[in-house]
Amino acid sequence: MTGNGAQASLLRASRVKKWEPVFWLLAFAVPVVMPSEALIVNEIAIVALFAVSLDLVLGYSGIVSLGHAAFFGLGAYTAALFCKHVSPDPHMGLLVSMGAAAVLGFAASFTVLRGSDLTRLMVTLGLALILLELANKFDDITGGTDGIQGLVFSPVLGKFEFDLAGRVASYYSLAVLLALFIIARRIVHSPFGATLEAIRDNRLRAMAIGIPVHARLIAVYTIAAAMAGAAGALFTQTSGFSSLDVFEFHRSADLMLMLVVGGTGWLYGGVVGAIVFKLLQDFLSSQTPQYWSFWLGLFLVVLVLVGRDRLLKPWTWFKR
Amino acid sequence: MSGITKDIVLSAQGLVKRFGGIVATNNVTLDLRRGARHALIGPNGAGKTTLVNLLTGVLAPTSGRIVLEGEDITRLAPHKRVQRGMVRTFQISQLFASMTPLETLALVVSQHRGLGANLWQPLGARADVVQRCEELLRQFHLVEAMDVRTEHLAYGKRRLLEIAIALACEPRVLLLDEPVAGVPAGEREELLQTVAALPADVSVLLIEHDMDLVFSFADRMTVLVNGGVLVEGTPDEIARNDEVKAVYLGHDAGNEVAHG
Amino acid sequence: MLTILFDGIAYGMLLFILAVGLAVTMGLMNFINLAHGAFAMVGGYITVLLMQRAGVPFIVCLPIAFVGTALLGAIAERTLYRPLYRRPHLDQVLFSIGLVLMSVAAVDYFVGSTQQILQLPDWLKGRTEIGEGAWTLGMGHYRLFIIAVCALVTVLLQWVLSRTRFGSRLRASVDDQRVAAGMGINVNVVFLSTFAVGSGLAGLGGALGSEVLGLDPTFPLKYMIYFLIVVAVGGTSSITGPLLAALLLGIADVAGKYYIPKMGAFIVYTLMIAILLWRPQGLFVRQGGKA
Repeated sequence: MTGNGAQASLLRASRVKKWEPVFWLLAFAVPVVMPSEALIVNEIAIVALFAVSLDLVLGYSGIVSLGHAAFFGLGAYTAALFCKHVSPDPHMGLLVSMGAAAVLGFAASFTVLRGSDLTRLMVTLGLALILLELANKFDDITGGTDGIQGLVFSPVLGKFEFDLAGRVASYYSLAVLLALFIIARRIVHSPFGATLEAIRDNRLRAMAIGIPVHARLIAVYTIAAAMAGAAGALFTQTSGFSSLDVFEFHRSADLMLMLVVGGTGWLYGGVVGAIVFKLLQDFLSSQTPQYWSFWLGLFLVVLVLVGRDRLLKPWTWFKR
Repeated sequence: MSGITKDIVLSAQGLVKRFGGIVATNNVTLDLRRGARHALIGPNGAGKTTLVNLLTGVLAPTSGRIVLEGEDITRLAPHKRVQRGMVRTFQISQLFASMTPLETLALVVSQHRGLGANLWQPLGARADVVQRCEELLRQFHLVEAMDVRTEHLAYGKRRLLEIAIALACEPRVLLLDEPVAGVPAGEREELLQTVAALPADVSVLLIEHDMDLVFSFADRMTVLVNGGVLVEGTPDEIARNDEVKAVYLGHDAGNEVAHG
Repeated sequence: MLTILFDGIAYGMLLFILAVGLAVTMGLMNFINLAHGAFAMVGGYITVLLMQRAGVPFIVCLPIAFVGTALLGAIAERTLYRPLYRRPHLDQVLFSIGLVLMSVAAVDYFVGSTQQILQLPDWLKGRTEIGEGAWTLGMGHYRLFIIAVCALVTVLLQWVLSRTRFGSRLRASVDDQRVAAGMGINVNVVFLSTFAVGSGLAGLGGALGSEVLGLDPTFPLKYMIYFLIVVAVGGTSSITGPLLAALLLGIADVAGKYYIPKMGAFIVYTLMIAILLWRPQGLFVRQGGKA
């Protein structure tokens, strides 16, 4: 065994696979090739970014969070308020929203460091509910149930105005998604990322090899919050409004489902899950608009009973 | 107590641990000399693992002091003790199920060399880290298994990895908690060889039930019974000690003391 | 103020009956069951439908709601839940969310989404007032009834747990499943009956509480957080923990909504987070005990 064997093996994970550029090229091609689908591409890109941010926390660090919508929502409202009161520049707005979400993420990270899965579930859920309540009560700022509407943003990069067909929006979202995805990708393949996986797999041993567990979790939670905030900002900026819906529990629940379908712990899981979920949702809501949540529920139940890792291998479904 | 003549690298002074009404650790004082091969023995339930947990900071003592290289670490967080050179292995292997031995060691070495907070470079980018991993893989006979996910490793290999991880932390003080526990006879030899080949400047505290290993390895022994120190001395002294014999023969009908 | 305390206690006791099943199954099976609220909803709908469509008196509906929901719980445990006990918590969360979504949609489909109005029997309407001025204690008869029934159930539960053989089997299984099985305790039977009774109690709570809490298909989602708070704060190693947590929660919620209406539920959530930060294993768990 030569020296190259070990190093090559380690680097294999971080090397860009051949299919990856193809995948992204295809993604960027869709709004041009199928202009009528630009709007849904935009939605998928936003939700994929949201899912990737949760994967950092859930898939790579093992923190079960049911309230990730808190950061999405904060990003969304920050972007809305920034546009309304400070400047319609989408880029500044995006950065400010990420910053706000990061601050909340940093503060909230201290609540998920200790306790059982149930405690963490409760605390994360609680945070999202608190923000929902606050947004509801302070309706002079947030517009209450109506939300903040009719926002107009300046053109992207000074040149590309947001069009009704959603083409500029979809490219804007795809670009932000790709940029943050690349960052996330480097993070998970770095030594830092490896320490996160160690914390997830065996926190006791992680401590016993000198990893400062709390510091690492605080860091990843803050980063993930910033990314979720970016997704929220994109949501507001590409749709022109922000409402209480951004904090709703179903957002966090849908997100978990996406990540689980796509697979946790490999980043593309969030993207794949987002694509599958959104397309499925589109299809099912047009078929049974009222009861699509029933089919979603059934899908979840079957998914778990069959086994998450066996979902993509139909030949294992009936083995015991 | 004072380290002037004997260069004590780790010292537990009057350690007491109470859980409600139970005294798990009863006023234990133990000095580990530099370069020692010190064994900690005692019947099941004597509190050996509890003592290791106290030394490593997993448990906080009810009273008492722990001094490492002259520094009082009684209140120091567990991961900081590791950073100061005190490393342990676990009786039941505590590994990272989804990572391969190579990835695990790369992680540990990176963390130890201060790269743990590096967000940007890929894990295998540093040649010196990779080199150290290869050394450890060779030393612990894990080369063929280096790309196998830990959850799929054979038990003996897992035990080897368990110790390799500890060594990857470049320990100055190594606490081995029953390293050959449950290892099938065929794989014990590998493990025993690596334990015997540990660097001479590493101070080792070994907890073991296997008396063959203990008597061939240790230059000093402490006997723990019911959470307290019964006696301490050289292996010869311990083997001849009547109280120790009573504890073991009274307990287990002598099969633990059997050594050929 | 005393009235608020009284209302808070009534609300708290109701929450306890609703949540105690969840606490015990969490402690026993280590299963996070977010669908617990769905069983409560079933109990409520059984009651409402029986009263509206079959003219069954309210008081008779209560035991029927209990038994019906308990049966449903038993079937669900045997077929759906049992294979999932050893799964990671994430899987359990997803599974139970799926169940909730299905039950919510099903109820919406069969019964409709409007809130169901429960007609209380005459003898439960009305109110008694004691004292005067600031110290008036206004006791709605219905709330008195709730307190009475819940107190009775609590006493019964405590008696079963500490005095009967089933109770000791249950406690043994909670403490250490493997040892209990090794001692010849049929753990499967203990799980099944505990789950059934827990669900039945939720159903009873749903029936009792429909008038107070409002009954529509979103019930499980609306109130799930409250049940989880009771369990997380009260711990799962006893029933007095959840009882105290439920009372605390009930009083805090009623008082909060009355005195600071603008903040409302915000107080409850913040209190919960603060408590869980201070004692991650729950407020009433004994030191070193299993949470």
